[in-house]
Amino acid sequence: MVAKQKMTGLNGDEASAYATKQVDPDVVAAYPITPQTIIVEKYSEYVADGLVGSEFVAVESEHSALSACVGASAAGARAFTATAANGLALMWEILFIAAGLRLPIVMAVANRCIGGPINIHNDHSDAMGARDTGWIQIFCENNQEVYDTSVEAWRIAEHPDVQMPVMVNFDGFTISHTMENVYIMEDADVKKFVGKRVYMMTEGTKGEAEYRLNPDCPLTIGPLDLQDFYFEHKVQQMEAMKGTLKAIKAVDKEFEKVTGRKLEYVYPYKMDDAEVAVIGMGSVMGTVREVVDELRTEGVKAGMIKLRLFRPFPVEEILKAIGKVPVLGVMEKAYSIGGPGAPLYMEVKTALYDQPKKPLVADYINGLGGKDTSPEMIRDIFKRLQAIKEKGAVAEPVSYIGVRE
Amino acid sequence: MSDITLKDMARKPDALICGARLCAGCDETIVARQVLKATRGPTIVTNATGCFEVSTTIFPYTSWEVPWIHCAFENVAAVASGVEATIKAMRKKKEGPLAKYPKVDVISFAGDGGTYDIGFQALSGAIERGHDFTYVLLDNEAYMNTGIQRSGGTPFGAATTTSPAGKVIHGKTETKKPIDEIIIAHGTPYVATINSAWPLDLMKKTRKAIEVDGPTFLHSLAPCSRGWRFPPEKTIEISRLATQTCVFPLFECVQEKGRPVYMLSAPSLAIAKKPESKKPVEVYLEQQGRFRHFFKPTRDEALLKELQESIDTRWQILCEKAGV
Repeated sequence: MVAKQKMTGLNGDEASAYATKQVDPDVVAAYPITPQTIIVEKYSEYVADGLVGSEFVAVESEHSALSACVGASAAGARAFTATAANGLALMWEILFIAAGLRLPIVMAVANRCIGGPINIHNDHSDAMGARDTGWIQIFCENNQEVYDTSVEAWRIAEHPDVQMPVMVNFDGFTISHTMENVYIMEDADVKKFVGKRVYMMTEGTKGEAEYRLNPDCPLTIGPLDLQDFYFEHKVQQMEAMKGTLKAIKAVDKEFEKVTGRKLEYVYPYKMDDAEVAVIGMGSVMGTVREVVDELRTEGVKAGMIKLRLFRPFPVEEILKAIGKVPVLGVMEKAYSIGGPGAPLYMEVKTALYDQPKKPLVADYINGLGGKDTSPEMIRDIFKRLQAIKEKGAVAEPVSYIGVRE
Repeated sequence: MSDITLKDMARKPDALICGARLCAGCDETIVARQVLKATRGPTIVTNATGCFEVSTTIFPYTSWEVPWIHCAFENVAAVASGVEATIKAMRKKKEGPLAKYPKVDVISFAGDGGTYDIGFQALSGAIERGHDFTYVLLDNEAYMNTGIQRSGGTPFGAATTTSPAGKVIHGKTETKKPIDEIIIAHGTPYVATINSAWPLDLMKKTRKAIEVDGPTFLHSLAPCSRGWRFPPEKTIEISRLATQTCVFPLFECVQEKGRPVYMLSAPSLAIAKKPESKKPVEVYLEQQGRFRHFFKPTRDEALLKELQESIDTRWQILCEKAGV
């Protein structure tokens, strides 16, 4: 049965903070950085007003924020942090360690471009820099998804088949600072949904032990792992990440039962008969949907695929969503300087490579540093895709949208 | 404070057991073993990257009989912050696996690199936030794990691989960072220097540090046979000489009404009371290859004098602070 919910106005940061308040993790360690700051401010208010039992650790850097979460999560806590851009970059070393130690930390990232030059606005270059660190990465389109994902992230991270940190990504300012109506659950329903943290069993020096810093059954967590075992451990991690797809789906299903809202990895839209389509992530996909609708009224067989789950990369679902579309544009607010294209383009093309029938693919880098991606620009992308379809070839594999000549 | 006796401590099982692969004569294990003897109950250890971490936990082996975590080099105090916050939160909420213990103590071990240099920010932050944990600095006065490079804790004149004794420059040209003073200046409730040559003093101070609420700091000298260039059987002798020459005086500092109150510990207090018993620094230096250029090819009187004077001055300042 769907639980009682109420609608309230929240910006993206508030949606993240509110969901986290309802979860009431044991430790929240964070450092302010635009456009994430509202989360730490809100959370500090919850602590100051006695609305949560969490210990708020006002650390002196993002590096220490995630390090404190590592200590907390290893000690058995639910640990949460939030950051953006250069803050995420400063955490980079610990991103690998948190994931390598298989700690189910949840982190909100209000996506912002990485300096320099310094700029506080949105793109996905921060999260893309973390894509190989071993974190599950989910990208939200709107504030409702931020709220929903911030609740279910705990269940995903702590799922027995997952035990990995989860990064909840949402666009800086476009989502973080923009108010929308959000359906929120009752506190008790959130508590019931997330339940208590479960610990994995592992082999300790005194036999089987819960994987945590336990004075009754001591474990050595984070030992030196040389050429003898490191590779084996990394393979376990990589294979485990592949295996999380099933667990995420199961959590999504349970979430739907409670809220009535269906969460997916991949959202195809009007793809069945599409002749030109784009795939992308984040808030811009809402605008793309509008444009697709407009183009449809004009007789253009346009479609789109919104990707919500980026890590693990849901290859099968993406291929299914792409289907028979002959031309596909990848829209992304990220880059790989010197690479053959931006990250999503490279991964989509890799996924397609072994397919007997595959679309022509072009990469459209847009919105870097918060530059607006307007409906007109999206129409322009579709126009370019139609031209590719007519010619039957991609003349320009990677192009920049909305950039001054 | 509960009593610490050598007899009891000798009977107490070790938290750091044999099998560690540190070099023969390494003082780090000696200090850490004594520190861990003085724990009072459930204890969680956080460890910075360094010799001590890599040598005690080569997977699939471990020397640790207490819950232990290593995360990275520069963040041992931040990791401890998270552990300590967890203990607090679980106790407050009365749920979670650590809620059942009346007390869980957190001890952090780090070397001089992880304390004076790369880990300084995290340490300063954790102390400022007032986390209840005990930080143990194992100070072997250089980056020994990477092969003897200078650190902020390397003393003046010492030769390291990045401050070699060359034809023009004779070892490290800068002085050792006054880490104890810096930590005391934070208003840290308890700071003490410890030396494995005086185990009872070391263990008593450790227990005191653990029992004090809030952050506490224990600074241990950790002579390194490989890096300081002395035979491994000389470790304790050199450690003892460091205190007898006032290179590494033993003292405690507590905060009373917002003021630091210094107290010299017995071995150093005896020297303060009987100044003629203070040994000249060269008896400490001549035992160590890292100071060989002070004596060979020719005895460098100027360098010796400069070093002796700086030690005398620092000792005098400490005596003044301790009111002796």
